[in-house]
Formats: sequence, C-alpha cells, structure tokens
Amino acid sequence: MTALSQTLPQPGFADAVFDSQACFRAVLDALARPGEIRTMTVPLTAPAPLSPAATALALTLFDQDTPVWLDAGAGSGDVPGFLAFHCGCPLVDETERAAFALISAPGAMPPLHGFAIGEDRYPETSATLVIDVPGLTGGPAVTLSGPGIATVASAAPAGLPDRFWQQMTANRALFPLGVDVILAAGAEVLGLPRTVKVEV
Amino acid sequence: MSAAPARERPGDPAYNFAYLDEQTKRMIRRGLLKAVAIPGYQVPFASREMPLPYGWGTGGIQVTASIIGPEDRLKVIDQGADDTTNAVSIRRFFHRVTEVETTEETADATVIQTRHRIPERDLTENQILVYQVPIPEPLRQLEPREAECRKIHAWQEYGVMHVGLYEDIARWGHIARTYDYPVMVGGRYLMAPSPIPKFDNPKMTKMAALQLFGAGREKRLYAIPPHTDVKSLDFEDHPFEVQKWDETCGLCGAEDSFLDEVILDDAGGHMYVCSDSDFCRHRRDAGHRGAMAGHEAVRVLTEQVS
Amino acid sequence: MYVAVKGGEAAISNAHGLMADERRGDRALPEIGVDQIAEQLGHAVDRVMTEGSLYDRELAALAIKQAQGDTVEAVFLLRAYRTTLPRLGASEPIDTAAMNVERRISATYKDLPGGQVLGPTYDYTHRLLDFDLLDTEREVPEPYESGEEQQPMARVADILGHEGLLEEAQHGEAGAPVADITREPMRFPAGRDARLQALARGDEGFLLALGYSTQRGYGGTHPFAGEVRMGTVAVEMVPEELGFAIEIGEIAVTECDMVNQFGGDAERPPQFTRGYGLSFGRAERKAMAMALVDRALRSQELGEEAVFPAQDQEFVLYHADNVEASGFVQHLKLPHYVDFQSELELVRRLRREHAQAREEAMHKEAAE
Repeated sequence: MTALSQTLPQPGFADAVFDSQACFRAVLDALARPGEIRTMTVPLTAPAPLSPAATALALTLFDQDTPVWLDAGAGSGDVPGFLAFHCGCPLVDETERAAFALISAPGAMPPLHGFAIGEDRYPETSATLVIDVPGLTGGPAVTLSGPGIATVASAAPAGLPDRFWQQMTANRALFPLGVDVILAAGAEVLGLPRTVKVEV
Repeated sequence: MSAAPARERPGDPAYNFAYLDEQTKRMIRRGLLKAVAIPGYQVPFASREMPLPYGWGTGGIQVTASIIGPEDRLKVIDQGADDTTNAVSIRRFFHRVTEVETTEETADATVIQTRHRIPERDLTENQILVYQVPIPEPLRQLEPREAECRKIHAWQEYGVMHVGLYEDIARWGHIARTYDYPVMVGGRYLMAPSPIPKFDNPKMTKMAALQLFGAGREKRLYAIPPHTDVKSLDFEDHPFEVQKWDETCGLCGAEDSFLDEVILDDAGGHMYVCSDSDFCRHRRDAGHRGAMAGHEAVRVLTEQVS
Repeated sequence: MYVAVKGGEAAISNAHGLMADERRGDRALPEIGVDQIAEQLGHAVDRVMTEGSLYDRELAALAIKQAQGDTVEAVFLLRAYRTTLPRLGASEPIDTAAMNVERRISATYKDLPGGQVLGPTYDYTHRLLDFDLLDTEREVPEPYESGEEQQPMARVADILGHEGLLEEAQHGEAGAPVADITREPMRFPAGRDARLQALARGDEGFLLALGYSTQRGYGGTHPFAGEVRMGTVAVEMVPEELGFAIEIGEIAVTECDMVNQFGGDAERPPQFTRGYGLSFGRAERKAMAMALVDRALRSQELGEEAVFPAQDQEFVLYHADNVEASGFVQHLKLPHYVDFQSELELVRRLRREHAQAREEAMHKEAAE
C-alpha cells in the first residue's frame, strides 16, 4: 500500500470546474495586460520542480489535444506522471511539435524560435511557453509596451538570461506569428504575448 | 485517496456548471488566449451546438460560459437593452446553468454579453465585454470564400476593402456603411466589430475592458486586449464620422447617446429614446427629463420589467 | 399605440405555455408515446439520428415528439444534447461487408453473389393513399421470411475492384486520427474524412437538390448505383487496457456506393470512380444523395474542372448544416432596430441630398 501510494501522483485541483475557471481568468487577464502580475488563488501541491502557478496552468489548459514539451528539469521526477494522470496530454520530444512547453530552468531553455511560431494563415497554431522563474519581481527591469498596455509598463522578473529578451524582440518582429510566453513563480503569473514590445 | 470534497455546485444539476463540459471549455479557453495574443485575428474553434439557435448568440454564449465563475455578475443586453426578449432568454439560460448573480447595472457587471451595442457608460479594467457575432469575417460580402479571405488577412492585402468603401463615396458622396463598419486592430488585422452601429466604433479603441468576440455558427473567436488601438477605416478626404441626431431622448433628454426611434401611432408619429436602457434609467433617476417624460404614451417604456 | 417589444420573463414563459398546449393538442385524444414514435415513425427517427449525429432511437423519438414532428428542430434538440455528452473514445471502422443485410440492391449487375434483396422498401408500392391505415384496429399480417440462412454478401465495390475497374477505396492510415468536425473546425481544402462527416450530418433536402443538380448537367458525373445496402452492423472499440476489439453494440445503417465514369489521365487508366454515402437507419435517399455530392466534391482531386455548385467545397460544406442554416435564417426575427435605425438615418440623409440635388438642377435649368 505504501509503495503504491508513493507512485500515485499528487492530487490536482480540489475542484476541477471552479479552480480551472479561476486560474483561467487569472491567465487571461495576465496575457491581456502584459506586465501585470496575477495570482492563482487556488490551493495546490505542485509536483517538483514546478511552481504551483505552472502546475495550475497545466491543469487548466492541457489535455489530450495539446502536445506538451518538458525541459530536462520538468521532464524528470513527478511531472510526467502528474500530467499523464491529470491532463492526459501527449508529451513530445521535438520543441516544434509542442502546443505548450513547461520550462523549469530558464537559464538553459532552448531558443524561442525553436518552438512553433504558427502559419501565416493560422498564426494561432503557435506554442505557448510556461516558464518558471525564481520571482516575478527583483530582476533587471524591462519596459513593455503594446496591446494591453495603456502607455508603458515595467516588469522585472528574475532568473531570465539576457538572450531571452533579445529573442522576445525577435519574436515580436515575426508578428502576427510568434510564441506566447507566460512567466510563473510561486502562485503568480505574468503574461508576455507575442505583441509585447520590450526595451531592456 | 478521494480528492477534497467539491464545492456545492450551483446551477441545473443535470448539466455541468455553465453547460459546457470541461474539455470544451479548455478548448475555448486556449482559443481565447491565442485571440488575445493576436488582436483582431479570427481564431477558428470547434463551436458546439448550444441549446439556443445559431445566430442567436451561441458564440457569445460559449465565450461567456468558458470565462464565467461563481464570483461574476452578468449583464446581458440586446440592442442596448436588458429587457429585449433574447437578452432575457440568454440571461435565464445562464441563471439556470450557473446561478450567478445577474444585473442590469452596467457599472456592477463583471461580464457583459452584448448583441449590437456597446454600453454608453465607459467600461473599466475589471470588466469583460463579450460580443455575439453573426459574421466575423469583415471581407465576407466582398469575398465569400474562406480560403481567399485567409490569404488576404495573412498578407494584409486589404485594398479590396478600401475599394469597396471608395465605391460608396463615388456613388453616394460618403461611405454608406452605418453598422458593422470595418476597423483595423492594432494596425494589423481588419476586423468586423460585429454589427454594432458605427456610432459605437470609437468606444472600442483603447477601451479599459477586455473585449472578446464569439461567432458560434461561423466557429471563430477574436479579441481586442485593453488599451489597444482600433481604427475605423476611412480616407483622408473622407474621415470617419459617427451618426448624429437632431433629436434628443424623449425620456431623459440625452443628446449624446444612441437613439432608437419608437413609433407612437398609425400616422407615423414617433419619438426617440436611448437604446441603452441602463444609461437612460440612470439619467432619469438623476433628475434628467426628456420632452416626453411622464407622457402616458411612454409609460410602458419606463416601467421596470418584472 | 405601438411600443417597442418589451420582452420580460412573463412573455417568454407564456409563450412556452402556449407551445406546450399546442403540442399536446386535443386532450380527449391519447398522448403519443415516444415508443410509438420510435416504432411507427422510424424513418423520421432515422433522419433525426443521422443529421443529429447521435445514434439513440429513444432520444431521437423524444426530440421528434418535443418538436411536434419538425425534423430540423428535432435534429437541433438532439445536437444540443450531444454537446453535453462526454466523448469516451472512437470506435473501429464498421465493416459493412459483414452487415446483417435486410436490403441490398445493385443497379449495375442483374445478379450477383448474395442476390438482390429487396427488403422493406417503398420502391414498388403504388403511391395510393391506403385508407385501411385509418383503421387502427386492423390486423397486420406477419411478413414473409425465407428461413434460409443469409449468404455472405461481398460489396459490389469489392467485386469491381478485383479487376481494377474501380478505383481502390481510400483507406486512411491504420491508427491515424480521423477528422472530426465537431471537435476541430473545418479547414479548406477539407480532407475527404471531414467532407464525408459534414455530408452525413448535412440536411437531406439540401444534399438531395445538389445531388440532383449533378445529374442534370451541373456536375458532369454519370452515376450508377453500384450498390445500396441496409442492415445492421456491429460497432467495436479497442479499450486501451485490453488492446483488442470488443463489440459494444449494433447499429442499423444504409450505405450507398455510387460508381461514376472517369476517363483516366496520364497516370491513371480509365476506370470507375466512386462516391460514398452512409446514414443511420433507413435513409436511402439521403445516402444516395450524399454519394452523388461526395463524388462531385472529389472533382479537384480527380483533376476535373470544378465549376458547379455541387463541386464547390466551401459552398457545399458551409451550407449543408440545417441547424446552422435554420438558426441564422430565423435569427432575422430577433430585434435589429439598432442597425435598422442607423440605416434609417442614412436613407433619410441620402433622400434629403437627392431632393436637394434635384432642386438645384431645376433652378439651374430655370435660370438658363
């Protein structure tokens, strides 16, 4: 019995209907207002090394119709079993096939353009990257502008390599193609859709 | 092993909260996130058959069903009014399947589902406006083929639309489009504002609220994030302008709201009233009086609907 | 005096009450049971199941009762219910060659293995109103049963295929996903799987008219009814934990293989091509019309010029669904007075400008 329970994944949402609704509204608002931090206010035990926010996003958005790519950190340990049990999402090795990516170590992440950027007639067929960072504040400040931002916004997420912001600028230049990024830390999220213009 | 007991679930026990099953909601939610990330672009989605007919708001209903939660307060309007039959019907549907609080107060609502109007009152950061859309493709009347329209959007070859509008100018002296007047969103995508009157177009730009659009029969979702530029197409020598009335609202005297014409008798006698019923009521409550206020002929227009 | 439509809860509730009253009709008559509809209005049930994309005779009969026999409304009711059903998995393809055949005819061969089986059909009835049916107490004799065991009946298409006279059926890759337009919006050009699904759900009247148009020169195909067969087939699923197929039930279907001439091209020798139709229950007219339109929609892949309505994918597939069409046509009943008001304002302005221009022209004329 003990051995069995050790292999069982951690529980997901306490209430799949209402918790996923609350988390969806948080992430919808985060992507609609780039740079603003939103909190996922649902109780959740996250499988290591994922943050509760990244875990909540997975439970909210992933299912059998969404191929998911995991980085080395997320791909080891309890995460694959957790996703298989709660989401039933296929895991893929090729970054370009993923609808979503879970990235636990942003310092070692593959370049943004390695993920699907969509097709010119179907730009929505691009990947959404969920990146766990040590914190959504306290890092080097960047200035954001674009849709969802009245004038300019600032953000200072920690733990992102410099090349990330260069790649976000290149990603912006692809518009309407490009990937969309959600940064997660603890129970908080911050949205960086492909429309966002970044000044370091 | 059993999970923590789920909350007492509001709504008709025969159906999931907000009618849609969770897998459908996830599909629509993913679509909405992409719609927000590509402002004005129509994201295809696998629209479901809803218990209301296609063309009667199934797209808006699916969007609302995918975003709504027990904390929300829902307002539903059709033609600007809360008491029109289809608005009542949709509000009843959501009450049945969610039991969320509904309101006629624009300011109190967190989610406003609308057909054909944007409320007169400025919307806020804490609100989401959900539009019901019959024909999401702004190019449809010029190019019926989906495959062709997609190419035009992909390559931003919107000349065909400008030509269409310019033909109006050549014929009538001005652009003869009064509703569903095409807009450019974020300087990139040509978008149908759903058939709101062009009077409402200027409200779309830099709106503080998130705007979501659902077209059920045509199976498309699109969005305008807050504070996004939305420009009505026009020409330097023929700038965009909204309709104006010489008359004022007969009930509240408003000079700056969208007015509906109400026929009063068989001889064609008519008066004008605000299309936004909540806006008009607030003005009357604040003591504003129109020329017909208190008149027996308009009593039925101002009575509260039970 | 007139007022704008004030809806209100009461008006809607009253309308529902009136409708329920009208549906029940004369209370002196016994109320019709869903089992009676399922048994005695079987063709209506079959059509509602086919276009409603849900095989359940009782629910379809209930929908017909609720809709007072309005087929399109019943299809809509069944579709809306289908939305709430969880999708548990996908069945294996049904094997119509292994069908328990009740009816099977071929117009292309006088006789063939298994024979022509007329089965229950209206085909050779004289369409004379049968006044005996007015008597609900009459005896209905038992039908003739040959008592012989059914021979296996190969599908005509498979027989023709042996000689290479008929193009091979397009088999999807084993295990490859099959399009489902209820879960993925259509993209154009649409694959044949998505097209067939849209046609199977499509309105019988619309497909009948389009199929008919291909026969009258708006399509240029020369069809033969290679085979029409109707009967029951097993439905099988492979549960993931078992790894092999188990039978989960049996459904009645009508299948039609239409055979069409094809001149061949540089790569392909002249041979017959096919159009395919399938419906739930006994819905022969629908299956045949579907097969004609399926063939017409294949024109592009067969290198034919696509110029007729039935060959136009977007035109056919976007307009075949009667739930979509009915909703959008009838939404014109909803208030449109905001948009109409905008148009009124415009037309009044245009009329003023027109009158002004005329007046100016007349003044100018008078002055000259």
